[in-house]
Amino acid sequence: MVDLSTLGDDSIAAKGWIKAHKWLILRRLSQLGILALFLAGPVFGVWIVKGNLASSLTLDFLPLTDPHVLLQAVLSGVVPETTAIIGVALVLLFYFVVGGRVYCSWVCPVNMVTDLASWLRRMLGIRTTSQISRNSRYWMLALTLILPLVVSGGIIWELINPVSMMFRGIVFGMGATWVVILAVFLFDLLVTKEGWCGRLCPVGAFYNLIGSRSLLRVNASNRAECNDCMECFVVCPEPQVIRPALKGGSKGISPVILSSDCTNCGRCIDICAKDVFSYGGRSVSETIRSNPEVVKKQEVHI
Amino acid sequence: MSDTDKKHEMNRRQFLGNMLKTACGVGLVGMGLGIYSNRASSLPAHYFRPPGALPEEDFLGACIRCGLCVRDCPYDMLFLGEVGDDVATGTPYFVARTGPCEMCEDIPCIAACPTNALDHGLTDIEESRMGLAVVVDQETCIAFHGLRCEVCFNVCPIRGRAITLNLQHNVRSGKHALFIPVVHSDACTGCGLCERACILEEAAIKVFPTDLAKGELGKHYRLGWKEKEKAGGALVTPDIEHKYNLPEGVRYDLQGEGLIIEEKPEETPFSSNPLDSLNSSFMDNK
Amino acid sequence: MKLTRRDFIKSNAVAAAASVAGVTLPAIKSATAADGDDGIRWDKAACRYCGTGCSVLMGVKDGKVVASQGDPDAPVNKGLNCIKGYFLPKILYGQDRVTQPMLRKTNGKYDKNGKFEAVSWDEAFKTMAEKWIAARKAKGAKGVGMFGSGQWTVWEGYAAAKLMKAGFRSNSLDPNARHCMASAVGAFMRAFRIDEPMGCYDDLEHADDFVLWGANMAEMHPILWSRLTDTRLTKKGCKVHVLSTYEHRCYELSDNSIIFEPQSDLAIANFIANYIIQTKAYNKDFIGKHVNFNKTTTDIGYGLRPSHPLQKAAKNPNKGKFNKIAFEEYAKLVSEYTVEKASKMSGVPKKNLIQLAKAYADPKRKVSSFWTMGMNQHTRGVWMNGLVYNIHLLMGKISEPGNSPFSLTGQPSACGTAREVGTFTHRLPADLVVKKDAHCKFAEKVWKLPAGTIPRHNGMSDKAAQSDISGKPMGKTLIHAVAMHRALKDRKMNCFWVMCNNNMQAAANMNEESLPGWRDPANFITVTDPYPTVSAQAADLVLPTSMWIEKEGAYGNAERRTQFWRQQVQGPGESRSDLWQLMEFAKYVKVEDVWPEDLIAKQPEYAGKTLYDVLYANGQVDKFPKQTVTDDRGNEYGNDEMDYFGYYVQKGLFEEYRLFNSVPGIPKKGHEMAEFEVYHKARGLRWPVIDGKETLWRFREGYDPHVEKGSEVQFYGAKDKKANIIFGPYEPAAEMPDKEYNLWLCTGRVLEHWHSGSMTRRVPELYRAVPDAVVFMSKKDAKKRKLRNGSMAKIVSRRGEIVCRVDTKGRNKVPNGLVFVPWFDAGRLVNKLTLDATDPLSKETDYKKCAVKISKA
Repeated sequence: MVDLSTLGDDSIAAKGWIKAHKWLILRRLSQLGILALFLAGPVFGVWIVKGNLASSLTLDFLPLTDPHVLLQAVLSGVVPETTAIIGVALVLLFYFVVGGRVYCSWVCPVNMVTDLASWLRRMLGIRTTSQISRNSRYWMLALTLILPLVVSGGIIWELINPVSMMFRGIVFGMGATWVVILAVFLFDLLVTKEGWCGRLCPVGAFYNLIGSRSLLRVNASNRAECNDCMECFVVCPEPQVIRPALKGGSKGISPVILSSDCTNCGRCIDICAKDVFSYGGRSVSETIRSNPEVVKKQEVHI
Repeated sequence: MSDTDKKHEMNRRQFLGNMLKTACGVGLVGMGLGIYSNRASSLPAHYFRPPGALPEEDFLGACIRCGLCVRDCPYDMLFLGEVGDDVATGTPYFVARTGPCEMCEDIPCIAACPTNALDHGLTDIEESRMGLAVVVDQETCIAFHGLRCEVCFNVCPIRGRAITLNLQHNVRSGKHALFIPVVHSDACTGCGLCERACILEEAAIKVFPTDLAKGELGKHYRLGWKEKEKAGGALVTPDIEHKYNLPEGVRYDLQGEGLIIEEKPEETPFSSNPLDSLNSSFMDNK
Repeated sequence: MKLTRRDFIKSNAVAAAASVAGVTLPAIKSATAADGDDGIRWDKAACRYCGTGCSVLMGVKDGKVVASQGDPDAPVNKGLNCIKGYFLPKILYGQDRVTQPMLRKTNGKYDKNGKFEAVSWDEAFKTMAEKWIAARKAKGAKGVGMFGSGQWTVWEGYAAAKLMKAGFRSNSLDPNARHCMASAVGAFMRAFRIDEPMGCYDDLEHADDFVLWGANMAEMHPILWSRLTDTRLTKKGCKVHVLSTYEHRCYELSDNSIIFEPQSDLAIANFIANYIIQTKAYNKDFIGKHVNFNKTTTDIGYGLRPSHPLQKAAKNPNKGKFNKIAFEEYAKLVSEYTVEKASKMSGVPKKNLIQLAKAYADPKRKVSSFWTMGMNQHTRGVWMNGLVYNIHLLMGKISEPGNSPFSLTGQPSACGTAREVGTFTHRLPADLVVKKDAHCKFAEKVWKLPAGTIPRHNGMSDKAAQSDISGKPMGKTLIHAVAMHRALKDRKMNCFWVMCNNNMQAAANMNEESLPGWRDPANFITVTDPYPTVSAQAADLVLPTSMWIEKEGAYGNAERRTQFWRQQVQGPGESRSDLWQLMEFAKYVKVEDVWPEDLIAKQPEYAGKTLYDVLYANGQVDKFPKQTVTDDRGNEYGNDEMDYFGYYVQKGLFEEYRLFNSVPGIPKKGHEMAEFEVYHKARGLRWPVIDGKETLWRFREGYDPHVEKGSEVQFYGAKDKKANIIFGPYEPAAEMPDKEYNLWLCTGRVLEHWHSGSMTRRVPELYRAVPDAVVFMSKKDAKKRKLRNGSMAKIVSRRGEIVCRVDTKGRNKVPNGLVFVPWFDAGRLVNKLTLDATDPLSKETDYKKCAVKISKA
């Protein structure tokens, strides 16, 4: 068992605090920076980005549109404007390159809430967890896409989507949105470990699918150095993705984490005192493409 | 059955069971959502969508809750529904009494909409139909009592067409007129400027969703004079010319004033024709 | 980044939101839970706003006005109100009432460039008196000045006239009616030798044709318009003719809509006279018995500074002399104004002109003409008023029910106060003038003053120069409103007191001609107002006033109706009524400070006395002892002035004023009023009131007791009892659009706000209804300048610029080439643009015509 009270101490000792939190800090800067860009207009009157994550317009010319929400709109029968189509294409292209779930760890504001819940779980030693499959999110995704087809009343998922609600809440006005955010927090803290992001969120599931062939990947390139401290498994929001890459050396499995569940958050890179992990391309995996069995195995969700 | 088979069987059962549980769970969520959506998608009568909004059901499908329309409204009168509001979360709305649509000629909110939830086909703001203004309370509207207000008429941007003043005699005072505001549904856009401007503590003119505000004439009935006006003449053979037995100095105008008694010229002892005098003998005068 | 339009709008929206803050939208309470009206004391008052003179009932509970209603028994309004009257209680309770005297100070001392600090009344008046006495000594009679108001109560105007003319021995007193009714007054005096309309509001029910000459009655006289509309609706054959330079709300009722090129109303009026003569429709008998024909001096300039090129170019600047001519000569003079010429000059189709002329020329139709600022604020306003009298006189359509040339007033007491008690520079109470030595002597006698106290117009009494405290001869003493601002700028006047009006916001060409003088360290400006207006901001001393029903008052409306009210509530904080301020300030000035020794020597008992002792504690004004004011229902009312000074001040002043108009042996009859107490009981009485009877139509036998039996009509203002028809030709406006400044600018009002908006803009509902001034322009003119409805436009004249929103769809439809901007908005001061050209005769500013250019802001 990992001693939670000393979690990360080795990394800090080896690399210093800053380096041991490098990607965490950058991620928070990214998440908050995006919010700041959207808030600069309404708060300071400096209009750089307008709108929210569902659709935005940067500097009055760059449109970005969330493909998941637009898909729901299309399924309910709307013909989008060209700007929306361009916006979706740009977003798809981006996440196709950097990994779909980069959205979850670098953009989504709920991530900060669920990360806090995880951290508190560890600090308080809360071990309760219910049996919700990590596959549930795909069911949820299916649900979000079926509802506009069968129920009148449009993009129904958006009535309760905590992801868009939280972002919109911050940028446009909270109302009672905090109740929804609190629910997600408590769910993750008390009911299920990584319950929202890892098991239920259809938005994450959607981006998961987009980024399944993405180029940017975390790579256990230095896996030989692994001292089995297991801390990476503790901090990883999708720990099932690590094992094949880290421990598959003997079976000839690539050190690249290929599972699209990986959010490219970089916590494993930060926490590892031995610098086992690093960001890299997908290409390393190409060398073992010849062994489809392995690839398949790596992609199976545990 | 071998142990491994049993194990496989167990795994399969567990797998199927888990899947069933997940499916049931998600299904329940879906049902819940469906029911919730029914409630959440009914827009309260005093909340209005921006100009060009599709019919509510289609709008909720088309609006992706991005808030771009809100941002491009130069008057900052659009808001996004927040959790707890009576309007679908994240969708844009305005409340006429506190912030009506100012009817920008370039309709920036529509231009901002990425999905056609606000119909890009609408280019003339006067063609928008956000709702319909109704003079809801004739008891409190001070115009009905003869006070000179007419603020709703004065602020109406579709001047002289959406709201007109019906001038009437004030029977109570006997010497003043009433200036009664009347809303015309063929021109009113439901912008709500009148509702905001109404100077009463609770507005006597309010915008309502059109389906709540409008009555409908029996399908069989036509207003005769309007049909005649439309046709440019009588729908049946025009009336014959009427003739009447009338004393002198009296006319009868069938289509107009009815009986007309002409004023007699002031009496003098002379006939209006000088020949009458010339041809008579003064010897006859008595 | 888009920072332009939306940010501009936002900054405005914030201001708007701040002002509207406090407007709550309460849920409807059930009717059963309505607050009871128990304990509310109701009493009557005349509405605070326009010259219509609606009566209202104000409900007071626990010392606060909590309710109001139109007075159902008032003959003018029968319980009705306009939207402004509906909100009357709220004008008393704006959140920024000034409640203490405020003086500009630095380090505890008065400093022209200091910040306003609260001071005591004593300090305020001491500082002021010091400045006033010094200026009076150094600069003579014109060294000090007061700008009064048609919103003063009758006795306030009267007390002010006494203080300035008798106390300070200065004719530098003019009311804001100078900007409003002076042209009408000028024309009344020229045509009839007596001021104010001969008809009354009952003309509204008796006319067959209504002609509006530059009056937007629909918005500016809402209740009168309601009566006119009713007659139009209910009287068979009734027609409404509307003339203006743009289409306003009266055109909704118009049967004959006339939009004329600015200034061409002169041609139209002369055409109608010509038509009447050409068709031989004129009333031969009437003109033979009751009318003289005259022609006026022409090419008289534009009332600008003498150095102005337009003044220099004029052959007879400021000359008002007119000479008697024969009817035939008059006929010949107007014969030039054919329908073709009038149509060409005005741009009005011939058929409309002829339709209008026919209405006047038809002896069977009763015609009432109404006008206000369109005709008065006109560089030929006096002429133009006269041209309309000419038409009525030619036909004899005057002084009888329905036949009435009717000059409407814009202020509640433009007639009752500004005109009747002598607040104009050239006037004394009851139509007397300082030009006449005899009138001055009469006034001095009534006021128990030594002969020669009141400065004559030329400083000569009994053919000798009047001596002055300055040691120099008195010299010419008349100075009108616009000239006072010029004198301040030129440092010829050093002290100026503005009371009961927003002089700065209303001043034409304010940037060039008004603000410099006000902010000159050599000058000391006092503003008395309930609110921190634009004028107060520009002043050095601001005095808080108890307004309207916070004091006992009286107004006289446009139909000669005098209406009284009791003090119904207390003014807030240390505010004091204008009357109290005038009288109290008089205590700070001794006779020796402002009168020369030889004058005091004539009445040595006045030596050492204050102006208060001489003017108010004179055994006449202080005649009526302190008493409890009650109504016939036993309610008791306060009277702060009576409490303070120890006698019934209002009654004393009014009864002394009656010595000018209601006792035998007065110089000018025809202005008789009833006793003080009667007015507290009546819903107003129309003077002359003789033997308790009111006069509805003046100058007509049977209706007017001053007209001798058997004479039918007597215009008894003149010695020969005849009226003057005075020919005046068309002369062009002072400033006309040219290639660069290519639009006419016309300014005016809107229904929802009154004048400078200092009261109505503090009513949240009215502010919400019409928050900001807009520029009304035609779609075509807007498009030419890449503007459209709602865009921000910059309006520039040779004198300044403002920015406001374009309105191409609103209530005023202006023709191409003209724009209209209302002046109520302190945030968009349209008088930065206007020209300070005046009618050379009436000295009334022309706010309706100057040239501007407009571009995208």
